[in-house]
Amino acid sequence: MAPPPGPRILACGDAALAVEFGETIDPALNAQVLALDGALAGCPGLIETVPTYRSLLVHYDPVEIGFAELSGRIRSLLGAAAPHRSPGRLWRIPVAYGGPHGIDLDETAQAHGIGPDELIARHAAPTYRVYMIGFLPGFAYLGGLDPSIALPRRTVPRLKTPPGTISIGGVQALVASIEAPSGWHLLGRTPVRTFMPGRDPVFLLGPGDRVRFDPIPADAFEALEAQAAGGAIVAELLEVSAT
Amino acid sequence: MTAFTVESCGPMTSLQDAGRFGQQRFGVSRSGAMDRLALAQANTLVGNPAGAGAIEFALLGGTFRLAAGAARVALAGPARLSRGGTLLPHGTSVTVEAGEPVTVSAAPAGIFSYLAAAGGFAVAPDLGSVSLQGRAGIGGLRGRGLQAGDGLPLASGPAPVGPELSLPTLSLDPLAPIRVVLGPQDDFFDADAIAVFLRTAYTVSPEADRMGYRLAGPPIPHLRGFNIVSDGIVPGSVQVPGAGIPIVMMADCQTTGGYPKIATVISPDLRLVANRRAGEAVRFVAVTVVEAQAAARERAAAIAALPSSATPVRGGLPGVEELLALNLAGAAVNALAGPC
Repeated sequence: MAPPPGPRILACGDAALAVEFGETIDPALNAQVLALDGALAGCPGLIETVPTYRSLLVHYDPVEIGFAELSGRIRSLLGAAAPHRSPGRLWRIPVAYGGPHGIDLDETAQAHGIGPDELIARHAAPTYRVYMIGFLPGFAYLGGLDPSIALPRRTVPRLKTPPGTISIGGVQALVASIEAPSGWHLLGRTPVRTFMPGRDPVFLLGPGDRVRFDPIPADAFEALEAQAAGGAIVAELLEVSAT
Repeated sequence: MTAFTVESCGPMTSLQDAGRFGQQRFGVSRSGAMDRLALAQANTLVGNPAGAGAIEFALLGGTFRLAAGAARVALAGPARLSRGGTLLPHGTSVTVEAGEPVTVSAAPAGIFSYLAAAGGFAVAPDLGSVSLQGRAGIGGLRGRGLQAGDGLPLASGPAPVGPELSLPTLSLDPLAPIRVVLGPQDDFFDADAIAVFLRTAYTVSPEADRMGYRLAGPPIPHLRGFNIVSDGIVPGSVQVPGAGIPIVMMADCQTTGGYPKIATVISPDLRLVANRRAGEAVRFVAVTVVEAQAAARERAAAIAALPSSATPVRGGLPGVEELLALNLAGAAVNALAGPC
């Protein structure tokens, strides 16, 4: 029997479900995720939603609405809402590559048979899409990495990586916020804090935003880091939203 | 406004409420009490809303002293409360005076207990909740757990009036099977692998904390790899990483992850997992979503009914006969004998 058309709706226990549009990293799937996320606002029983690369996690109150009824409501919204959404904000994020800021830069370049400068150039060239904020507060998962520098995750993860780590894992790229364990390759660090309690805004990036990396000299890092510690947003907003 | 001074407490003592909502899309876990029912019980005994912030104790207890005035407090969970060295009856509120040492014991079984104070603690919510998320430095007391020397201010409420309240002690069946709904990635496993998951008596490994409980037992083989494109995680998600040993994600879990999730523990049973210690057994049993949601509604109704089930205690503390009637004779004898 053929599966029903449209995304799969999967129960995640009694109080959440996942609307799964696919199993790959694809901007079209992510756009569908964000379109449903917007369309669901105000749905009875809805507690909160978590957009991810290719699925929308929906937390709901089973006292208010059951799984079958909410699934039906979601299917009707999918039929009605056209997944159109203009590209999100465009950010320039300064990155100090290599040396103590990016301890895996040289090794990653070697793995691809290129020099570290070439790796930096290829990492800083694309405009990335923020697919999701997840794992830990403000961690921005990006798509759009040049496949020629993609590299599988380390076999042995590190238990600690510094705040602001810029890393790659497989075809994904990441802007980290706080110290965290990671099995990814550390290319650099940004002084930008994508999560900072007490600052307005607490979170800098959102799904659908776009990001460009701007290589900065290692000795420029500390001054920017000090500004960021004082609450400055040392990322530059290049476009509020594309037209 | 008065405050409790922390004289001593275990390293995992923190403020927790019903959780932080609306922030998971930014990578912030829900956190909140590991045992929501015990939190509700402690709060109900002092007249607070069920989900108000309380002090969560994990295995170890602590000693507190009120700086001024009086405060009504209640403890729920396996630990025991004493005042000035005298053990107090289980599941009963008590009004304490300034200077008296208030002691929460270590948990004799299970793990998590909650100390609530009437009117709540005067700690500003962080992103909508007082629950500590330690790794992110959010919530709690200035982004961390409680330590000796801390002052924990009480919200200035009216002086405690009316009788103390009592509720039946919560049961914590250490052998109860843990109900799960299979999925969302049960299709990453074949029928034999799911049978291993459902037939094994796992034990809780020493790697168990507020983020997740790694189990110990036979590995669950994956059908088509163990990497998925990261998607959302809920408290209760049972992740199966590469080695095939399941991890039950708990209140402080990461919001997204890249391992397939074979099943999800239903929310009413999360407190049972939370209170299993390292080395204790965990068995899973599959239920349907409909059954899981019926259990969730039943639990919500039970929490809503707590205030009407609380019974007033005459004269502030129950008499010996009442204690006997409450099947707390052992506690009464201890209380009469005093510390030995």
